[in-house]
Amino acid sequence: MGRQSALRRTDAGGHALGAVGGRQPEAGALDLDRLIHERVRLGIVSSLAVNGSLTFTDLRDLLGITDGNLSAHARKLEEAGYVVCTKSHDGRGSKTEYRLTPTGRVELQQYLDHMEAIIQATRTHDEG
Amino acid sequence: MAGALHGTYFAVQSRTIEHFFDPTAMSSPIRELHPGKGPPVALHDRAMDNLRYIRETMERSASFTHVSGIGGVGMGLVAFAAAALATTASNPAEWVTIWLVAAGVSLGIAVLFMARKSRADGSSLLTGPGRKFAWSVTPPLVAGAILTVVLVRVGSIELLPGMWLLLYGTGIVTGGSHSVRPIPIMGGIFMLTGVVALLTPSGWNTHWGNAWMAAGFGGLHLIFGAIIWRKHGG
Repeated sequence: MGRQSALRRTDAGGHALGAVGGRQPEAGALDLDRLIHERVRLGIVSSLAVNGSLTFTDLRDLLGITDGNLSAHARKLEEAGYVVCTKSHDGRGSKTEYRLTPTGRVELQQYLDHMEAIIQATRTHDEG
Repeated sequence: MAGALHGTYFAVQSRTIEHFFDPTAMSSPIRELHPGKGPPVALHDRAMDNLRYIRETMERSASFTHVSGIGGVGMGLVAFAAAALATTASNPAEWVTIWLVAAGVSLGIAVLFMARKSRADGSSLLTGPGRKFAWSVTPPLVAGAILTVVLVRVGSIELLPGMWLLLYGTGIVTGGSHSVRPIPIMGGIFMLTGVVALLTPSGWNTHWGNAWMAAGFGGLHLIFGAIIWRKHGG
């Protein structure tokens, strides 16, 4: 849990997203999870959210990235407990499969909520 | 759980979609939300871009699983039953009718199980991947339907098995390009079977005609349906 708390910070531009939420009661909840915010990792988590599991090859082809890139980003998500990785052997060789954990699912849900809150805050401001 | 998240995601989309195309919202600076914080940072633009990226990624990845393995197995069993029944046909019209009814039943099974699988994912069959698959599969099938009428009218029934297998395979290859790998592979083998059927005497009253139909629509659906069921879900 401590690690997850540490992962909640401000957006990449250095502007506290909580400032947007300052217009709303749930200000603290708008701190952004930078682990998911990164584009490749966001792609991995989003893909796994609509599939029970995906193999390394499926994910790599789907996101159009290199093996090394996928490995590095998937490892970070795995270390944070957002995804689990299982390796198995079939007749032709080893197979690596990724699955989203309940924690990862919750984090993605919160990330979606954050994005919508930002958009909603802007809209409310414009209408006001 | 996956379905719930997927459903929530689309709910989020539906609530924000009008904002995506709201020029007023697109042009308004976020700076006023951060007085005294330096240059404008279009956080909402970034947020919208991120949501768009998530939606597109989910749609792309969803196409990996929409085709139903159980549906494929069901279609295979229907084809085997039709092949057995077709050997008892007493005239070309009866033979063609048996296979057209089988095609209709198979189509119903395919749509039913794909819709069921889509619902389990919390999405609709009419969203991106399903629509793309349908648009890719339909043209060759329509061409097949038109050619069926033409060939029946000129009495070239012996060309039907090869033509059906070839055009169905074409549809599966094109539709399968948006789906998991076994789908386009199955389509390719369908096409190959169709070519072989066209090169052999495949009349309605020959063993070859029903054998190729059973091998293609029965065997290939059964084998690849089982593979998809096992690897990508029912």
